[in-house]
Amino acid sequence: MHLMYFSEQPMSAYPVDEGKEFGATALMFSNRYFDPVEGSRLYQEYLEHYRLAEEVGFDGIMLNEHHNAPFCMQAKCNIFASILAAMTKRVKLVLLGNPLPLADNPVRLAEELSMIDMISKGRLVSGFVRGGGQEQLAAGVNPAYNRERFEEAHELIVRAWTQTGPFRFEGTHYQHRVVNPWAVPLQKPHPRIWIPGVLSKETIIWSARQRYPYIALSTAIDATKKIWELYDSVAAEAGYTAGPENRGYLQRCHVADTEEKAMANARHFMWMQGEFTGLAHPVWSTPSGYFSPSYRKAFVEFAVGRGANPRAATFEDQIRNQQIIAGTPKTVIPKLRRLLEETRPSIVGFWASDGFVSNEDSKKCIRMLGLEVLPAVREIGKELGLLSPFEANAPVSIAHSTPPAPAMA
Amino acid sequence: MSALATSATDVAWTTDEMRVAGSLLRVRKGGAGDPVLVLHHEIGSPERLPFYDALARRFTVYVPSHPGYDGSERPGWMRNVRDVAVTYQALIAALNLSKVSVIGLGFGGWIAAEMATMAPRGLHRVVLVGAMGIKPAQSDILDEALVSYIDYVRAGFEKQEAFDQVFGAEPPTPLLEQWDLNREMTFRIAWKPYMYNPTLPHLLAGVKSPSLVVWGRRDRIVPLECGEAYARALPQSRLAVIEDAGHFIDMEQPEALAKLVIEFAAQP
Repeated sequence: MHLMYFSEQPMSAYPVDEGKEFGATALMFSNRYFDPVEGSRLYQEYLEHYRLAEEVGFDGIMLNEHHNAPFCMQAKCNIFASILAAMTKRVKLVLLGNPLPLADNPVRLAEELSMIDMISKGRLVSGFVRGGGQEQLAAGVNPAYNRERFEEAHELIVRAWTQTGPFRFEGTHYQHRVVNPWAVPLQKPHPRIWIPGVLSKETIIWSARQRYPYIALSTAIDATKKIWELYDSVAAEAGYTAGPENRGYLQRCHVADTEEKAMANARHFMWMQGEFTGLAHPVWSTPSGYFSPSYRKAFVEFAVGRGANPRAATFEDQIRNQQIIAGTPKTVIPKLRRLLEETRPSIVGFWASDGFVSNEDSKKCIRMLGLEVLPAVREIGKELGLLSPFEANAPVSIAHSTPPAPAMA
Repeated sequence: MSALATSATDVAWTTDEMRVAGSLLRVRKGGAGDPVLVLHHEIGSPERLPFYDALARRFTVYVPSHPGYDGSERPGWMRNVRDVAVTYQALIAALNLSKVSVIGLGFGGWIAAEMATMAPRGLHRVVLVGAMGIKPAQSDILDEALVSYIDYVRAGFEKQEAFDQVFGAEPPTPLLEQWDLNREMTFRIAWKPYMYNPTLPHLLAGVKSPSLVVWGRRDRIVPLECGEAYARALPQSRLAVIEDAGHFIDMEQPEALAKLVIEFAAQP
C-alpha cells in the first residue's frame, strides 16, 4: 500500500462571520480579510505537520492547490513540493495536482516538475487536474476549452519529459517554437502520473485509457465502486487488467483520544458548510463549458436555486457512508478495513484535519495515524493483496507498458 | 424557445438550413421588401418576436441563429467573433442579396460592426443596438460568467414585466439549458478579451455605410459610453438614446426600436 498524508492547508484565520455573510467564499470573498501574519504562522505549522508525517511513517505527502479561497492556502503546489523535496528524505511527493488548463506555458511546468524530481532524488508523483470551476475564472482561462487544454498540456509535458529536444510543438491551444528544457526528470521513463477526480466520467475514462491510477476524492463507497467498474471496463478495452495498483482513495479521517473529541474535530471537515472544495457559488463553480454535458440540467437548476447542489451531503450522511471517518484508532480501523475490502485501493490519502482544528490536535492526529492506524492498515492491505504501483512495479502508463507477447502459432 | 408565447400575426416565417463557410446555418425568413439581416444577442433569441414581425412588414427579414446557438450545429473550429462576421458576409453572398441592411442587437451588434469593417461599402445601412465590441473607458461590460442565467438576462431589462412577458416569470429549465449552451458558445468565441475587440474602433473609421447607433439609457450590460464611442468611431453615424430602456431594447420596446430602424433602413 501507499499511504499518504494530506491537508488542504486551510486559511482558518479570517473573520468567519464576514465569510458567512458574503456567502460563497471561493473566488470573490475579498482578500482584505487575508492576514499575512496569520498566513505565515499557518505555513510554518503545515511544514511542521509534513515533517511529522514523514517521521511517523507515512509513505507520501499529497499536495494540491486552489485559488482565491480560504479553504486552501496553496496557490501553487510546486512551491510546497520544492520545499519538501529538500526538507524531507523518504516520502514521495504526490502532487494531485497541477491544474494543467490554467497553465499558459506547460513546458515551464515540465521544467519545474523535473527540478522537483531531481532535487527530491526521484520522489515525485506528478498528478494533473482540470482545476475547479471558479479557478478557471480566477485564472481567466476559458472554461469551454478546459478539457482540450488539459489533454494537450499533458501531451506536451510528457513529450518534454521523454522526447529529446529541441522539437517544435504546434497544438490547438499551445504553440512552442522550441521545446528543449534543460531540466529533465530523474525517474525514467518519467515520474508517475496519478489523476484525482470526484465527478466527471470523462476523467475516469481518460485516466483508464492512459493506465494512470485514478484517485477518488472522498466519494461514498457505492459511488467509488461505480468508478472502479467504469475504470476496469475501459482498462479491459484498452488491453490490460486494472487492479489495486490503479486505484487510489482520499479518505477524510480524524483520530483523537476519545470518540467525542474526534467527532467534534471531524465536524471541521464541514467548515465550508458542505462542499469540501470551499463554499462555492453555484454559478462561479460551474462556468458554462466546464462541466460534463451530462450534468447540464442538474447544474443549471442548481445555479438558479431550483435544485440542490449535486455534490453536497450533510455531515451525518457523510459519517454514515464513511466519506468522513472519525474516532479513536480502535474504532476507525474497522471502518478503514471496510473501505479497503469493498473498494480495494492500494493508494490511500489520509486527509486528517480541516478548518479550525488546533495545531496541537492536528499533530496528535498525525502521530496517532502514523503510529497506530497505518500499521494496521498495512496489515489489512497485505491480507487483501493491495499492492501499490511501486510495490507492483506497475508501468507508468499504457504507452510504457510491455505489450503482451504474441500468441505462439 | 418554442415555450414562448407569440401573438398571432400576419407575417409568415420559414426556416432554412444552409451550409455556409464551414457552418451549417439555420436562417428564419419572413416578410417582403429590401433585405435586412437581424443578428441576435448572446443569449440567443426566441424564434418569433414582435420586433421581427414589425420589421417584416417592411422588409425581407433574415434572422440566422449564430453558429452554435439555439440548437444550431456548433462549429468546433470557430474561435472569435470575426469568424461569425465572415460567415455572415458569406451568407449574404450565398443568398445573392444586394442592398442589405444589418441590424445588430447587443452581441449581434458587435458582429454587425465587424461585418461593416470587412466590406466598407457593402452594407446599405448598419444599425447597432447596445452593441458589444468596444472596450468602455470608464466601466466594464457586465461579465455573464459571474451571474446566473436568469439574473443576467433580467439585468438587460429596465422593466422586469417585459422579461416576464417574453420568457415567463420563472423561465422553464429547458430554456436555462439553452442559455447555458449559448453561454458556452459565447465563451468559445468571446472569452478574452471579454466582449470587445481592441482593433475594432480603429477599423471602424473605414466604414462608408451610414450607421445608426441605438442605446437604452438604462443599459446595465453595455454602458452607454460604448454607444458614444461607436458614434465617434463610425464616420457617418448618429446616436439615438431611448429613455427608460435597458439592454434588450428589441424585447422591451419593440415598437419604438422598429420605428427608428425602419425609418433609417428604408432610406434609399
